[in-house]
Amino acid sequence: MTKKTDFELLRYSRCKRGAIKFSYWFLSIPHKLKNLLFKIGNFFKRIFLFFVNDIKDIGRTFKKGSYKTKLSYVFMGFGSFARKQIGRGILFMGFEALYIVFMTMFGSHYLARLGSLGTVAHEYVRVLVNGVWVQQIVYHDNSFKILLYSIITIIVSIAFIYTWRLNIKQNKICEEIEASGKKVKSTKDDLRSLVDNDFHKTLLALPTVGILLFTVLPIVFMILIAFTNYDMNNTPPYNLFHWIGLDNFNQLFGWSSGSKYFSAAFGEILAWTLVWAVLATFTNYFLGMAVAMLINKKGIKIKKMWRTILIITIAVPQFVSLLFVSKMFTANGIINTIFHTNIDFWNNRWIARSLVIVINIWIGIPYLMLITTGILMNIPSDLYESAKIDGASPWKQYAKITLPYMLFVTGPYLLTSFIANMNNFNVIYLLTGGGPKVTNSFNSGGTDLLITWLFKLTVDNHNYKFAAVIGIMVFLVVAVISLIVYNLLPSTRNEEEFQ
Amino acid sequence: MRKVEKKVDQYDVYRPHKASIKKRRLAGNIAAYTGLILISAVWLIPLVFLIFASFGVNADGTGGAGVPSTIFPEHWGVASYVVLFTDSQVPFMRWFLNTFIMALATAILSSAMTIMMSYVLSRFRFKGRRFMMNFMLVLGMFPGFLTTIVLYYVLKMLGLTQNGAIGGLILVYCASSGMGYYISKGYFDTIPKSLDEAAYVDGATKFQVFYKIMLPLAKPILIYTVLTAFMAPWGDFVFARYISFGYSDSYNVAVGLWSLLQQDKIANYFTVFCAGGVLVSLPVTILFICLQRYYVSGVTGGAVKG
Repeated sequence: MTKKTDFELLRYSRCKRGAIKFSYWFLSIPHKLKNLLFKIGNFFKRIFLFFVNDIKDIGRTFKKGSYKTKLSYVFMGFGSFARKQIGRGILFMGFEALYIVFMTMFGSHYLARLGSLGTVAHEYVRVLVNGVWVQQIVYHDNSFKILLYSIITIIVSIAFIYTWRLNIKQNKICEEIEASGKKVKSTKDDLRSLVDNDFHKTLLALPTVGILLFTVLPIVFMILIAFTNYDMNNTPPYNLFHWIGLDNFNQLFGWSSGSKYFSAAFGEILAWTLVWAVLATFTNYFLGMAVAMLINKKGIKIKKMWRTILIITIAVPQFVSLLFVSKMFTANGIINTIFHTNIDFWNNRWIARSLVIVINIWIGIPYLMLITTGILMNIPSDLYESAKIDGASPWKQYAKITLPYMLFVTGPYLLTSFIANMNNFNVIYLLTGGGPKVTNSFNSGGTDLLITWLFKLTVDNHNYKFAAVIGIMVFLVVAVISLIVYNLLPSTRNEEEFQ
Repeated sequence: MRKVEKKVDQYDVYRPHKASIKKRRLAGNIAAYTGLILISAVWLIPLVFLIFASFGVNADGTGGAGVPSTIFPEHWGVASYVVLFTDSQVPFMRWFLNTFIMALATAILSSAMTIMMSYVLSRFRFKGRRFMMNFMLVLGMFPGFLTTIVLYYVLKMLGLTQNGAIGGLILVYCASSGMGYYISKGYFDTIPKSLDEAAYVDGATKFQVFYKIMLPLAKPILIYTVLTAFMAPWGDFVFARYISFGYSDSYNVAVGLWSLLQQDKIANYFTVFCAGGVLVSLPVTILFICLQRYYVSGVTGGAVKG
């Protein structure tokens, strides 16, 4: 089958065109997969080559180098001292000394026990207190500490290796400079470059360290927790937890004979999370756009006031408005009184779910109104004028001009807001607390999203292993959706269309 | 007047419905206004109800009634506001102060981190830049709460939970704020590069360019960043609850007022919650509306950049 061009396709009906295009896409999957595998292979090959070259370079530098360089391989910063770069020398040598002290006093002890995560958690000892024998508890291995400090030790070691390599590179550069007869940089020069040529390093230092310590380290830790049995019954310091391989994941997918409720609850909640994210994103998007268009309409006066009214709801902290609204809908709350009804909104799963979506519209529309207002005004008005001359109805104008333009410009935003909605903790937790309760569901409720379930599993049940597994699953779902959508987005496919 | 219109009607054969177009536009406007008034009502009513509820008191005039079932409270009074400042169970001033301190610290530290990160990613080209951006993108896909379990443990060792939760929370809010660089980076990208180049030609260092040229030019996005950073602690619930767990003197307003709605308290403290909610919302809302312009430009720019 030869591939038809877009132009040739025009003679088919719209339906047939779609079918043919789909079949092209379907047939291209093997090719795409092959490309992907190839890319991944290339990636690893590049990393491997990088390391090989690096090691070769280290060897070459050692061979060619003077005694200053050679000694630097063992005593970091020796070369710097010898070349009167005091500042660098102190940093290098200080770091090496610190690293050695850190490893001998601290790091190696924990690293050695990483494989077992400890053997004895506690024991009771009889101690003589004021002449009386008392039984006292003595804690030994703490799996949590062992795992955490081991990760820190590994990170510090990687940093050390990197610095060692840096030290060698510096020596090489200095030798080249000396060979060409120029002067090497002094400490003063180094300090000056920190506000000039290397200013980005100064600026990046603090944010990077913050992200490493407060995001990367915890995430690595929690990923590892997913492969242990860390839960309420295995909580340090009284008890130990151990590596259990893929057991948690087996339970999640129902492959192992453990609790069948866990995988059932997970499937249910994942489905609702996706449905919720789709509905919440698109209801907000279209209704927000509608409100923005209403305010933008020709002939509407005091536009600013209408906008401000909506914006007030952004300013009021969500916990105030959400908690209050949730109480308005209780069995004998204001809403039931006004309408003389007697609906128990939060106790029926489906009513609760619909209501959560409706209230989320209330929360979300002001943002969308703000975002879309500006973009709507940017649409070239000649497009509308020519459409009018051609006799297009307002609906046609919306479908053929406004909507494509909006989707094109806000495509990336839609993706991020979809992901934000998947992790929309506040709306669900403050409105329903995840309820109504469902039996045999691992503490999950009728409106729980994965993220609120994760919160409940940690805070109420101390079931860290499953929380970690769910966290990883959330990541996987988000990553897969982002990849797919990003490739489908019109803004990445044909960038020139509206420019 | 009428004569002229008639004349136009006679000759303008292709636009025979001029009068009816006017009429239709009027009808459209009326419909639009009704829609807007309805929308405004729906958006304001819960807030108005909140204010009404905060003035509800018990039959004997003491503050702290349960969940109201009517729009207007049966008994009016300001006793619920008084409870906020007198009841030892409700250290509202403490909560407010806690949140205010956290908000100030976060506004300064976290915006500094964000601006530093976004400026570097926008203006400098260095090895590993793309990797850093992709890495942060991937990191952002993990649910943020996941990190709290470890952070809690670490902060506990440092004495920054429960009793010292304020310090711990400030750290949590600020440390990773470099990851929220997208919007301000987008803004820096729009400032023409020729400005920096001109300054470099004149012999300015990179620090001087950043401090003397870029920061003043980036004032709108600076204000946006500071404003959002300042507002975050007022609404944060997840981290605040986990880190200050069970120690009511270091709650922020969100956790504190939320604790009033738990089963053992709601019957006696609901109107107190409403009163607290009103008192928290007022300053934040006023600040927000004053700086609305900057917020709108930040949000809009961010969405378009993606």
